[in-house]
Amino acid sequence: MGITFAVYGAAEANERLIPFDLIPRVISAAEWRFLERGIEQRVRALNAFLHDIYHRQDIVRAGLIPSAMVNGNSAFLPQMMGFDPPRGVYSHIIGTDIVRTEEDGFFVLEDNLRTPSGVSYMLENRETMMHLFPELFAAHRVAPVDRYPELLRQTLESVAPSGCDGEPTIAVLTPGIFNSAYFEHAFLADQMGVELVQGSDLVVEDGALWMRTIRGRARVDVLYRRIDDAFIDPLNFRPDSLLGVPGLFDLYRAGRVTLVNAPGTGIADDKAVYAYVPEIVEFYTGEKPILKNIATWRCSVAEERAHVLDHLDEVVVKEVHGSGGYGMLIGPRSTRQQRAEFAERIRANPGNYIAQPTLALSTCPAFTGSGVGPRHVDLRPFVLVGDRVRVVPGGLTRVALKQGSLVVNSSQGGGTKDTWVLED
Amino acid sequence: MLGRTASSLFWMARYMERAENIARLTQVGHRISLTPDSTGGYREDWKSTLASAGWLAVFEARGGKLTAAEVQRFLIFDRDNPSSIRACLETARNNGRAVRTALTREMWEAMNSTWNEFSAIDPAGVDPGAMAELLDWVRQRSAQFRGAMLGSLLRDEGFHFCQLGTFTERADDTARILAAKCNVLLPANEALGGERNQHQWDTILRLVAAAGAYRYFYRDRLRPRQVAEFLMLRPEMPRSLRFCSDFIAPALGALAAMTGGGASSVPLGEALAADMRQADLDTILRGGLHAFLIEFLARNDVIARAVGSDYYFD
Repeated sequence: MGITFAVYGAAEANERLIPFDLIPRVISAAEWRFLERGIEQRVRALNAFLHDIYHRQDIVRAGLIPSAMVNGNSAFLPQMMGFDPPRGVYSHIIGTDIVRTEEDGFFVLEDNLRTPSGVSYMLENRETMMHLFPELFAAHRVAPVDRYPELLRQTLESVAPSGCDGEPTIAVLTPGIFNSAYFEHAFLADQMGVELVQGSDLVVEDGALWMRTIRGRARVDVLYRRIDDAFIDPLNFRPDSLLGVPGLFDLYRAGRVTLVNAPGTGIADDKAVYAYVPEIVEFYTGEKPILKNIATWRCSVAEERAHVLDHLDEVVVKEVHGSGGYGMLIGPRSTRQQRAEFAERIRANPGNYIAQPTLALSTCPAFTGSGVGPRHVDLRPFVLVGDRVRVVPGGLTRVALKQGSLVVNSSQGGGTKDTWVLED
Repeated sequence: MLGRTASSLFWMARYMERAENIARLTQVGHRISLTPDSTGGYREDWKSTLASAGWLAVFEARGGKLTAAEVQRFLIFDRDNPSSIRACLETARNNGRAVRTALTREMWEAMNSTWNEFSAIDPAGVDPGAMAELLDWVRQRSAQFRGAMLGSLLRDEGFHFCQLGTFTERADDTARILAAKCNVLLPANEALGGERNQHQWDTILRLVAAAGAYRYFYRDRLRPRQVAEFLMLRPEMPRSLRFCSDFIAPALGALAAMTGGGASSVPLGEALAADMRQADLDTILRGGLHAFLIEFLARNDVIARAVGSDYYFD
């Protein structure tokens, strides 16, 4: 049971279907208030961390984070040093992955500060549910999520370059139709009423960014780019990139256009840096972290590595830069041979791995082949940071549809659910 | 609107129109192959079908055999033939997908579901007897797409780029079919108006979905002069060259009014429409039907290129 809707259509290898489970995941108003406070605290601290890392590096001077972990990190962009983005915001659009364990409440699993995707599913899932079950919405007070595109637009407008007069022009930059998140790029541009552009539509000329329109060139002030740092500008980063715009980064550094998110934000959502986020929150906010981290062993540290190698059958090992559920070892589900392979990889390149305990992830009811059954879920609320922090009450709930599976990624058999935040 | 968006809308509409034309061409070819010929066999006239589509040379160069199965596969399913129905539907849909936000949901769903269903077909699994049904379906889907466009698309620049794509392609298709069949309408050793080749004239009309319309309009049997007039010069016939040029010129004018552009395309479109309005069949025939069609094709193409340069397609 359950329905399947076309993400992009179907059939071609570059397009997938993501199953949608009909039973909504419900979050109470009190739980949401807690989450909202925790997320806001965390994204403010991480933006302060990014500002610090690209300026004085006080946190390194204070001895809280090893210099090598920052300055030797492949996600660190030296080209960003000393640059002040509008309003001091680096990561404007964030998808914080949160899990719940049975006893201990909410934990942050990952801070996605680069170009998180999935918000279109949150919106489409709600549309689908309201279409199929209007009576449920009449009977429950479910907080609406459909303001997201408007909030996104406000956020983007609020970080326009200081020299921009009048209403800023926004565009969404996509790598093109073969990107797996293309549907979302098009969806967001459409919902905000802005142009969806590709690198070939843009040109840097006369100290400004322009898009080529049927009326000639039109200025762009804020570019919500959905391509990775390395590809945004072949003159400054990967020279073989055809997706970006030559000279874009220089224009950005000159304060003539705003890139959202800023280049170089990956340094703050790196899995090795993740282990330091509680210290980061305290260092910049002076407050105790509201949301907890999952205990994380850094394989780069000798004692911690020894613990991981001794407990490979209990822990989850992840690559520092991995994503999408690839390159993981799930200890309790692994074979002796897989564990031996991972042990070798960890010894060969310890800095590339972290490990976390296997979590007793919370479950939600879901439709399965044999009726309703419990399935593990996570939650990705979407946060916007501009002139202020905006969080829509909801998020993307991903569900591991295979019985017992802990991996919710769509590439590994995961599906999605509508997420209901109830109002008091 | 981005220049790339305009380009994608133009080509999307062109390829949806072309898919329909190739479907009709293939159906007519199939119909001919079922017609007994004077020697007691059947008229396997696939060669002329390929010539009408403009793909005979490519097909022969690849060593294709002129059998029903091979030609149909080439016209319907071939991935390397950029004008096969498959390629048309895929190209149309990829163009549409690249500018998804400029389309209405109805247009996108019409095109997307067509491609999804078509691409799921295994060519080897299609029963020869079901081919006609498949081609009917393609034509219906193309009509559905056009209906969605006319019924739901905002009348702004995007609409006119779509219309330009549709009518540029349609004019091109009709002119090509006529050029390929010139010798039938006007055999070298016979004055126009001879009475042979009745079934061939009928075929030409069917290729442009005009057989019924012809009978209704002229209340007469098939006469080559009237067939030629109908498909080239009648403003009432929606696939005639005149009809298409009558549609292209105002679309170019509307775009120019909206954007302040159109410097090179507007005069060219107006000149072609004016020439087609004033054209006289006898004059055309005196100058040579084939030469007239070739010139028309060239002018149609020049207009399409002018649209590209006027509106920053490249």
